[in-house]
Amino acid sequence: MKIYGVALLAACFLIGKLLGNLLGQLINIDSDIGGVGFAMFLLMAANIYLRRKNLLPPETESGILFWSAMYIPIIVAMAATLNVRAALSGGFVTLAAGVGVTVACMLLVPVLSKIGRGDENALPQSPEDGDR
Amino acid sequence: MKMPCPNHPRMEIARDIIDKNGLIFAFLCVGLVMVFSFWVAKHLLGNKIPGVAIAIVIGLALALLGGNKGIADVPLFAGMAVLGGAMLRDFAVVSTAMSADLSQVKRAGLAGLIALFTGVSVSFFLGVLIALAMGYTDAVSLTTIGAGACTYIVGPVTGTAIGASSDVIAISVATGVVKTIFTTIVTPLIAKAIQLDNPHSAIVFGGLLGTTSGVIAGLAATDEKLVPYGALTATFYTGLGCLLCPSVFYLVVAFF
Repeated sequence: MKIYGVALLAACFLIGKLLGNLLGQLINIDSDIGGVGFAMFLLMAANIYLRRKNLLPPETESGILFWSAMYIPIIVAMAATLNVRAALSGGFVTLAAGVGVTVACMLLVPVLSKIGRGDENALPQSPEDGDR
Repeated sequence: MKMPCPNHPRMEIARDIIDKNGLIFAFLCVGLVMVFSFWVAKHLLGNKIPGVAIAIVIGLALALLGGNKGIADVPLFAGMAVLGGAMLRDFAVVSTAMSADLSQVKRAGLAGLIALFTGVSVSFFLGVLIALAMGYTDAVSLTTIGAGACTYIVGPVTGTAIGASSDVIAISVATGVVKTIFTTIVTPLIAKAIQLDNPHSAIVFGGLLGTTSGVIAGLAATDEKLVPYGALTATFYTGLGCLLCPSVFYLVVAFF
């Protein structure tokens, strides 16, 4: 049944949120630290475990896949509920800091992506010493 | 409900139905936006720009119709706040882990961790420097704006903790929102140039940028398969920022 999948997802979600909030409390911040991340790890683990035990029929899985197909519409709705007006009217500091920081971090992506990549030179996807 | 709505009784019934079924109406609205976006992407732009990216930009444009909560401030569209709210967003994002490859995550673990710390530090201190250049001099304001350059949650959390004035907190929130929106729009355009085309760099990307909404939306517009990887690290970013900014980083700024 599809609801089994949705319930499994809900369980992972709630346990993850719980862990995130407990971690927050542990270091004295009143917020959720990585709750979504923990939940994702739980779901990945459950996925692997249940598959191995043959307990994950396609019907159950489709209950989860429905939600992962829904996230794009949800993201569109989220974009429509952001405070875009404040962002545009926040003045020059806001724009300069927001844009400057974003650009700087994006430029660091290829630099930091090199970390931990050494052992997969065998894969043909990235030419070694590529000069771009 | 309180709207000065047209007096026509049938209009009132229609409005009443939408008021009571806001989430369902939001499904319809977003569905229409998606249909339109994918039609434009296919027939007018020859699939050069992904339909998802167009839909997100339309969403941002719609947000201009409202204020604080974007289009959800318009009573008719209040349901958009439920559909686009944190609960359903996080639920849907977690579900994408179903298609994530654990071995990829393991391999990029260290890079992701380094990216998280680098991302928070770079965002914060660059934000502080820019605020300094703009004429802010007191440590509290500088720290708050720098924290806002991390995410729009780190900003107010930090500002409240160290006692910043409400207008500085507002600036820090707006800075974070600019980052989110800019990330959303620019990611698909810049993805190729920064080699953002595999799970490994998506994990690094999520850790460096950290704005969960921006990372997810930007990756969705670039390549849907990358979303779970970026989300995985981005979700730790705000917590790390809330941990570092009002404590260690504030002391560093106050020292200078």
